[in-house]
Amino acid sequence: MTEIIVVTSGKGGVGKTTTAASLAAGLARRGKRVAVIDFDIGLRNLDLIMGCERRVVYDFVNVIQGDCTLRQALIKDKRLDNLFVLAASQTRDKEALSVEGVRRVLDELTADGFDYIICDSPAGIEKGAYLAMYFADRAIVVVNPEVSSVRDSDRILGLLASKTLRAEQGNGGVQEHLLLTRYSPRRVAAGEMLSVADVREILGLEVLGVVPESADVLSASNAGSPVILNAESIASHAYEDAVGRLLGEELPLRFVDEPKKGFFARMFGS
Amino acid sequence: MGLLALFRRPPSSAQVAKERLRIIVAQERSTRGGPDFLPLLRRELLEVIRRYVNVDPDAIQINLEREEGRDVLELSVALPEKGG
Repeated sequence: MTEIIVVTSGKGGVGKTTTAASLAAGLARRGKRVAVIDFDIGLRNLDLIMGCERRVVYDFVNVIQGDCTLRQALIKDKRLDNLFVLAASQTRDKEALSVEGVRRVLDELTADGFDYIICDSPAGIEKGAYLAMYFADRAIVVVNPEVSSVRDSDRILGLLASKTLRAEQGNGGVQEHLLLTRYSPRRVAAGEMLSVADVREILGLEVLGVVPESADVLSASNAGSPVILNAESIASHAYEDAVGRLLGEELPLRFVDEPKKGFFARMFGS
Repeated sequence: MGLLALFRRPPSSAQVAKERLRIIVAQERSTRGGPDFLPLLRRELLEVIRRYVNVDPDAIQINLEREEGRDVLELSVALPEKGG
């Protein structure tokens, strides 16, 4: 069975593409067959984060418009055999995507036996975001512990509950998850940042993962390799946990508390 | 200033953020899915009520509920306490 997962947020710059790339790579590494699609028409980004930007020949809109087959447009990842990328088009015509076109592509991927289709949503609540979420079975709402991001996420939750196929069919709706990024346990402890519990309480969502603020995320995007593949990084471990939870594992949250300092560190350390 | 106030810490900025979000999210959820005029209606009603009673902007609640083929608009206004 194919599961369609949208990675969305409302607000821009919170880590949607980073998250989509890492979850896709994580699922593929566990043997799942995964396609990750960039829905940000006009502003192609996922290919850079995945490190396949120089291998894009055809894109999502080309497939929809029949310029090529889906197979020709899918870019096979060089690190993981089961992972494929469908790049966004750089056309300026935002109307190039249509509900019917998207449905055809998703149906074809489903028929092809993909286990997961990850839809990387553009920011905002315009057509691209709407199309990215429309066919989703699950939604991962990426949130920074910051007021405008939390509020925008709640707008997105409203749309997930009304403007999706599952909502229209009334069969339980889209399953929603919360994924916090850029989390700083130190600032939470100092009362300078909303905590996981605060965000969970405000949005009323179950938490799929908490990714701590980490310099490795930028290094990973510089290199064009999803951060989950950097085994040294705590961001990688946090995303790996999120992948496990997506697959139904029950794992305690890590990296949410500030490491406790010992007595001497507190007395003499900084 | 009372002695207790010396010991009472001001809320942290995270607490302030949480409280602001709690209020705005609850307010936006209450008008979600309803007609677009609800927020404006709420604001105008508030203006009218405030000509007579000095109520808090948060003291007015509007709910639109669907019941068997008809919509019920429910309005509740919490009036300030006497002398308040």
